Amino acid sequence: MGKTLTEKIFSEHTGREVKAGEIVLASVDIAMAQDGTGPLMIKEFQELGFKEVKVPKAFLFIDHASPSPRRELSNSQKLMREFGKQMGVVVFDMGDGISHQVLAERFVRPGDLVVGADSHTCTAGGLGAFGTGMGSTDVAIVFGLGKNWFKVPEAIRVVLEGKLPEGVYAKDVILEIARILGSDGATYKALEFQGSCVEGMDVDDRLTISNMAVEVGAKAGLMPSDEKTREYLKKMGREEDYRELKPDPDAIYEQEIVIDVSKLEPLVALPHYVDNVKRVSEVEKEKIKIDQVFIGTCTNGRLKDLEIALKILRKHGKHPDVRLIVGPASRRVYAEALEKGLIKEFVELGAAIIPPGCGPCVGIHLGVMADGERVLSTQNRNFKGRMGNPEGEIYLGSPAVAAAAAVTGYITDPRRLL
Amino acid sequence: MIRGRAWKLGDDISTDHIAPGRYFHLRNDLEKLAEHLLEDVIEGFAQKINKGDVIVAGKNFGLGSSREHAARIIKIAGISCVIAKSFARIFYRNAINVGLPLVELKETDEINQGDELEVDLERGVVRNLTTGREYRFTPIPKFLLEILKEDGIVNYLKKHGTFPEV
Repeated sequence: MGKTLTEKIFSEHTGREVKAGEIVLASVDIAMAQDGTGPLMIKEFQELGFKEVKVPKAFLFIDHASPSPRRELSNSQKLMREFGKQMGVVVFDMGDGISHQVLAERFVRPGDLVVGADSHTCTAGGLGAFGTGMGSTDVAIVFGLGKNWFKVPEAIRVVLEGKLPEGVYAKDVILEIARILGSDGATYKALEFQGSCVEGMDVDDRLTISNMAVEVGAKAGLMPSDEKTREYLKKMGREEDYRELKPDPDAIYEQEIVIDVSKLEPLVALPHYVDNVKRVSEVEKEKIKIDQVFIGTCTNGRLKDLEIALKILRKHGKHPDVRLIVGPASRRVYAEALEKGLIKEFVELGAAIIPPGCGPCVGIHLGVMADGERVLSTQNRNFKGRMGNPEGEIYLGSPAVAAAAAVTGYITDPRRLL
Repeated sequence: MIRGRAWKLGDDISTDHIAPGRYFHLRNDLEKLAEHLLEDVIEGFAQKINKGDVIVAGKNFGLGSSREHAARIIKIAGISCVIAKSFARIFYRNAINVGLPLVELKETDEINQGDELEVDLERGVVRNLTTGREYRFTPIPKFLLEILKEDGIVNYLKKHGTFPEV
């Protein structure tokens, strides 16, 4: 009987053939924690009496509140650096970028089992790895034992067919999936993406879609590993990490969703839930004023995203009343954007550039909104209070939707501005 | 046996509701963080509850981030158990890992704010002592119940040296 990609990866990491529904003890390839979850992970690692790190690749990322805006956080970041030195764990520090982006650029291989004390660890699915978020204690166990228990999830086949229309992007695809499935439509399950749209999509876009698998409750969101994956790994200087990995044609899926992406329009998630998705063409009639635009994050902070936004912004300029914040997702993205002159353009357009990292998405620094204000962000979550102020509103959209709002000052269909 | 008064919450209570991101700097001081538990949903929640009280919520409780601090501060604040129609995956696992009992129950709409509840985890029974109604739920899988009985995975591993038998 055929296997899903999920079943294949868990079989490889368990040393026997496993099926969805089984509870297995699986070895992990990559484990990480960040500055929001790392200090607790270290505390539990020590509490459990572990003396060495046994997972093949273990990392700590200081990406959430970095550079540190507060003394308490500076102290916990210091603790992470000390633990890293002591245990031989590489610490990616301020300015290095967001964990999920750095892992994708440098470490994740197709077929890997990746765990992180961060819910968006599912981003690794963009490279055909099983990436999933866990709590600090679970990651401490993985650091100490190199393995943990997992329930092999059933998978939902998400078939994306057709070609994206102009002005419609990967972000709109995953927002459409959120609209269809709702915030709990895939709880305990994995999403496995297939179809002609996926085949034509580069890894940057695949990462955007996999990143938000958790927003429909999924444990992971996996893309096939194919020639596009090889291209990406080659560009990252590690083509040797490539191998083709796809689900079997006769794999058994719990359900199937088919989306004709050629019929999609630019979408926006309204406050305060990611599945509160509407068409921008409808919403723009309400003239919803936007005070701040944020282009960045592990969802949409890659070079391609900055280029999409600039295409609109350089043509029309930024509205004087909109505060525009741009955050490259990693040091690599930042350097490339500098080299291509994109950063200069953003600066001259009136944007504030923030260091590679999570930025205002975390809610404690680099752009907390005032009471009653509205932010349009390319990030993945708009829960009440997410960006530091429960009296504010967060709208989610593609880099094009974000750029269009920065041009006009209200939620606007980007297709008119292309 | 768990016994306490019900605090009713709605659907989709996220980890940002439970442990707001603006208190990121309190994550190493869980007692202090617990003072802000769910304050964006019910003002002064942590100050209003009594030890042993039970949270009764709708669907998809705990969606969002992986922050284990969310499950921990619910327990630290004195909540003895969370009953919900369904739970988000990472939260569910975190709660078991830190020894916070969870009950999946479809009929949470029949429970009112302030009702006196009794929960029997092993037998899978919730008794509403105020209305006199009794509900059955699928007991927590044995594998997880073993972890819960030892008050979390850290205690379990320290005592047994390995995971429970599947």
